[in-house]
Amino acid sequence: MQLDDLYQQIILDHNKKRAGYGLHEGGFPSHQYNPTCGDEITLTVRLSEDGETITAFEWEGSGCSISQASASLMTSEATGMSVAEFERFAEGFREAMRSRGTIALPEEEFGDLAALSGVSKFVARVKCAMLAWVAAEDSLLLTRESGN
Amino acid sequence: MSQLTAEQSAAIRAEFPELSETVNGHPLVYLDTAATSLRPRSAVDVESEFALRHTAAVYRGAHTLAAEATEAYDDARATIAGFVGARPNQLVFTSNATESLNLVALAVRLASAVGSPARFALRTGDEIVVTEAEHHANLIPWQEVARQTGAIIRVAPVSDGGELTVDAVASVLSDHTRIVAFPSVSNVLGITNPTRAIADQARAAGALVVVDACQSAAHGRLDVESFGADFVAFSAHKMYGPTGIGALWGTAEALTEMPVVLTGGSMITRVEYDSSDYLPAPAKFEPGTPRLTQAIGWAHTVSYLDAVGVDAIAAHEESLGAVMYAAVAEIPNVTVLGTDKGVHRVGLVSFAVEGVHPHDVGQYLDSRGVAARVGHHCAQPLHKRLGVDSSTRFSLGMYSTTDDVAIAVAALADVRHYFGES
Repeated sequence: MQLDDLYQQIILDHNKKRAGYGLHEGGFPSHQYNPTCGDEITLTVRLSEDGETITAFEWEGSGCSISQASASLMTSEATGMSVAEFERFAEGFREAMRSRGTIALPEEEFGDLAALSGVSKFVARVKCAMLAWVAAEDSLLLTRESGN
Repeated sequence: MSQLTAEQSAAIRAEFPELSETVNGHPLVYLDTAATSLRPRSAVDVESEFALRHTAAVYRGAHTLAAEATEAYDDARATIAGFVGARPNQLVFTSNATESLNLVALAVRLASAVGSPARFALRTGDEIVVTEAEHHANLIPWQEVARQTGAIIRVAPVSDGGELTVDAVASVLSDHTRIVAFPSVSNVLGITNPTRAIADQARAAGALVVVDACQSAAHGRLDVESFGADFVAFSAHKMYGPTGIGALWGTAEALTEMPVVLTGGSMITRVEYDSSDYLPAPAKFEPGTPRLTQAIGWAHTVSYLDAVGVDAIAAHEESLGAVMYAAVAEIPNVTVLGTDKGVHRVGLVSFAVEGVHPHDVGQYLDSRGVAARVGHHCAQPLHKRLGVDSSTRFSLGMYSTTDDVAIAVAALADVRHYFGES
């Protein structure tokens, strides 16, 4: 396995310039923690007034470059999606991450997130890549449960 | 102390087949012995041969194979006990050190529920002392004891350099202290604690003393009686032995008084429908079919260590460890955890690389063939205390060489560049 398959330049860039970084008051933040390495993230999904569209991802956290870049790339690629679209999107991302290198993320659908395809060959790193996504799904669930 | 000769080192490396492996195109540099050590071929060969030719029921059955297995199991316990300076009947086999520590904690919970025996029974307001340098395995079982009994956890501080002093432990001892739990060597800091002095002081205060000795077993000669504790826990897999087996050593008094935790066959004498009588330790704490094959494998492992010479192994690791510590500390933007001033260290060093998360550090090192431990090493509170989320750790074994250290340090020096940190 080549290390550069894992750490593509896009990932290293997003690890440094993190889209969506910074939490604001309100909403339904989800805190997720990866006990194996201590990575953590708190993420809030903001929705449009009708509750149909994701208007923003806000997050803060600390962790490895994969976990941070994944949160940043998700923010870049998924902002503006409908909730239903995002749920399918997240499912596709999860399937690729768990594929042990057999499913690549198609660039036409996933954009720069395709750079994370290599992660699926490194089993120990899949949880890192999923952390922000699990937080986003949980934030959506908390929003729904609140009746908003 | 005499060190390993070059011939000895070469012979040792030949015993560990994993060292001939290539990882990501590089010869393996295994620096994760403090987590799980590699295994010598001769001991594994004996273990597998035993499994194929001598597997039979221990302590039951009148047939020849059963008798042979029983004899071999007893001999294995005697060999391991001899290696750690214990009497065989004071060495209880468990699954690992974590289970050993839990066994004591569970006995305390059971005793506390009925209020006896007094030495094991805790009440609201009693105090349990742990240290900031605790491995989760010697912390969480006591949290559960505290939760059940209303006892209070008190934490002995370490210095900024990670040192645990007798005075620091004394500062949290009180008339209410009932249990003092601490490691003989920190698995993150590599610093040897003044175990005997802490234990003496704690016992004088009337506390039950529980020592996590995993890293002592990994890096030198473990002499359980020398600690002056009531209980000492350690694992085989950190001393080149099999996984799935560890031990709890206790003083004769402590093991006699300690209530049974797990029950069933093999630990009884008379059994009625409403009550039973129990065998003395160690059988009292080993119900069911024992870890026969693992015990055989572990015994042959310690025989191998004895043949090489434990003191020479310890001296080798200590001097190589000092070289490693100095070399890692010298790399710009790398901060080591734990001082090397005025303390005795074993061959391990944990460190943080500025700007690069340990998970990324470990991944990069792996691409250069270097196996290191990353994360919080089952010591989250200690990392928080030292002001970092997590760290990377290099730990040495009997097979480690100056080349291993040089390769690892060179790879570590390139980490920040790879991740675009200047």
